[in-house]
Amino acid sequence: MAVVGRACLIIAFAVTLYGIGAAIHGARPGNRRFAESARRAVYATAGLITFAFVILEIAFLRSDFSFATVATHSSTTTPLFYKAAAAWSSQEGSLLLWAFLLSVWSSVVLTITRGRLRDVTPYATAVLLGFAAFFIGLLLFSASPFDTVAGGAPAEGTGLNPLLRHPSMMTHPIALYSGYTLAAVPFAFAIGALIARRIDAEWIAATRRFALASWLALGIGLLLGARWSYVELGWGGYWAWDPVENAALLPWLTATALIHSVQIQEKRGMLKIWNVSLTLATGTLAIVGTFLVRSGILDSIHAFVEQGNTIAWAFTGLIAIICAGSIGLVVSRRALLASEHRIESLLSREAVFLMNNLVLVAITFVVFWGTFFPLISEALTGTKHALGPPWFGKYIVPLSIILAVLSGIGPLLSWRRATAVNTRRNFVIPVGIAVAAVAVSLALGSGHRPAAVLMFGACAFLLGCVGQEFWRGAGARKAMSGESLPVALVSMVRRNRRRYGGYLVHAGVALLFVGIAASSAFQHVTTPTLQVGQTTNVGGYAIHYDRPTAGISTHDGRLEKINLGSDLTVRKNGKFVTRLHTERGYYPTDDASLGVVGRYFEGEQTSEVGLKAGAARDIWSVISPDTDPLKNVIAQGDKVFGNAKNLPPQMGAALLGQAITGIVDRYKRNPPPAQFRFIVSPLVTWIWLGALVILFGGVISIWPPPGGATRRVRAAYMARVGRESAATTQ
Amino acid sequence: MEALIIILALAVVVWVVSGPLRHGEDPEVAEAGRRAALDAAKDAKYREIRDAELDWRTGKLSDEDYREQDRRLRAEAVEILRELDRLSS
Repeated sequence: MAVVGRACLIIAFAVTLYGIGAAIHGARPGNRRFAESARRAVYATAGLITFAFVILEIAFLRSDFSFATVATHSSTTTPLFYKAAAAWSSQEGSLLLWAFLLSVWSSVVLTITRGRLRDVTPYATAVLLGFAAFFIGLLLFSASPFDTVAGGAPAEGTGLNPLLRHPSMMTHPIALYSGYTLAAVPFAFAIGALIARRIDAEWIAATRRFALASWLALGIGLLLGARWSYVELGWGGYWAWDPVENAALLPWLTATALIHSVQIQEKRGMLKIWNVSLTLATGTLAIVGTFLVRSGILDSIHAFVEQGNTIAWAFTGLIAIICAGSIGLVVSRRALLASEHRIESLLSREAVFLMNNLVLVAITFVVFWGTFFPLISEALTGTKHALGPPWFGKYIVPLSIILAVLSGIGPLLSWRRATAVNTRRNFVIPVGIAVAAVAVSLALGSGHRPAAVLMFGACAFLLGCVGQEFWRGAGARKAMSGESLPVALVSMVRRNRRRYGGYLVHAGVALLFVGIAASSAFQHVTTPTLQVGQTTNVGGYAIHYDRPTAGISTHDGRLEKINLGSDLTVRKNGKFVTRLHTERGYYPTDDASLGVVGRYFEGEQTSEVGLKAGAARDIWSVISPDTDPLKNVIAQGDKVFGNAKNLPPQMGAALLGQAITGIVDRYKRNPPPAQFRFIVSPLVTWIWLGALVILFGGVISIWPPPGGATRRVRAAYMARVGRESAATTQ
Repeated sequence: MEALIIILALAVVVWVVSGPLRHGEDPEVAEAGRRAALDAAKDAKYREIRDAELDWRTGKLSDEDYREQDRRLRAEAVEILRELDRLSS
């Protein structure tokens, strides 16, 4: 079926090229049927790419090693769950996933906007098909998922990189790529609006949900990536300012700014140039993000990505075209992008939203500079210099504190101009809560970390603002409808999803910031080497190395990995707290030069973290066993099995299995000292909780109101407007 | 078998994409699109009216500011309704 997959890509490529031409031709008056044909070209592309993607997925699920990408990224010992995910662990599979998702979202938006935005849509269609053509072109000419193995399919594949065998890897890439591809939709419509000179709010209204969906998907991707880093990578952190992590954060930041500032254009006809620029920046950064992930030009924890020079050059060309085109269009349409109103007062929601936007853009700039600094320094000095977490923290921490404060202030002010009396009344309670939070954290001895204390105060203020909004809104609803307070609260959120979903997002951000500030500022780390029976102390906890563990994991009768680990007991002030188990997994490698036995110990390694998570603090542990004492016996095994090549295969496999079991048992009987890493971090759980609240708020914001509720609301306001209509007619 | 699937896929794609060129545009689609745009604008305006009311009830807008905003928004909504009426007639 590889031939069919390749044919689908060839036909899809031809269809996208035709569609681009038809869309541009269809934008002219009288050629509408060509624009309609271009729209159908998008549907056809989606159908073909979906078919190609299904063919590749089936090849992975069936372990069809005649496909080169299946042979190099999967194996018969790879669990079924991960076989499905292995498709996008490869360069070619992930590019196909990009093209698949893009074609699906393009089809959805063109169906929704069918008949609307008739001047804008043809150009937007051409842009979306242009993106599709680029990625399908890469799949055809640079990284084909349908290449076959010369000389027939091998009996076994290389297997999925062990680091990627984590549940979040099933969804993390899909979420990130969904975010990237969804960002292409507003980008395409912004380009269309600029070309067609239709810079009103209609294109924003048509694509606002896609921008929000992109923001939401990127957020989910970032959350899953952070969680994977925390429990899988074995260093104990959730965020390392890694270039690939940053690549997803950049469009998320600009999308966050965009979601806020589009409201100002919708309400007041202001910030048109700002919104268009943010939309174009988000779309461009999404492509930059894909480029960073797939090109491997920057050193990253995503070291499993293959380096690809052809792809790097192709992306550089695309990004250059996008940047030049976007800037040229914005400059040439600057007169049309002028605001219809001015900001009347600094004490207005639009003024605070704008300040909030400026902070978000400043953070984006810091992250961008820090991410690309290695490339910039290499270009200027010939040496790559990376900027580490302390450099990022120096700028991001104060900017985040300001952001938290502004996020609280904005919703408490009215549009246009807030009166001093209303402002005073609205801020008394949140400011009181902030002062109390600062006092409590100082009383608890946090004074030596002033940035963390300020962040606690800012987040308490933000939570106070959100809580007050919910309380007053529900109170107003109760007074209007006579419902009980809980019912009024639910119906208030149902009827104002965008507003209260947004407030929930703000509350989630506050929880997340508190978690980050506390776990960064008040973390305790130690990396002792312990013998069995020894104890170490960290953050007020005593951790005792009880016993070593050792075992072999098999899948379908084949050795999947060797596990060497430890059981630990944690006590505080002599009282039992919890037991932890941590281990290191050793996956076999195909490299025969490492020896018949040695290759089972010298392949990829993964860490299984021993974690006790709690609302107040996490106790995190990881082991790095010392396998040096086993080297002699492994070398002996290599020698013995190297000289016994004439053994029948079944007998050889059985003896090899016994030998490996023997080595593993030897480790368990005579465990050498092991190195550990123990971390006690306060409030890490708040990060995951905050992220979930953000996602929940995002889903509420994006979820369309139920048809019945819309009709009821529409009827109520229509009646009022109808009375107005009658009055003005008379 | 593979050749048959490829030919079939190609035929379906050509048939789908060339449809509008063979039949021309459906005039109802154009009118429905204009109506949908106005409906969306109308819903957005009602949402603005509701938002202003909520701001007033939660103490962010003074009575005077609210009355002025509400009057202006309703006038804009009336314009949209009239345009919808014109489209219907």
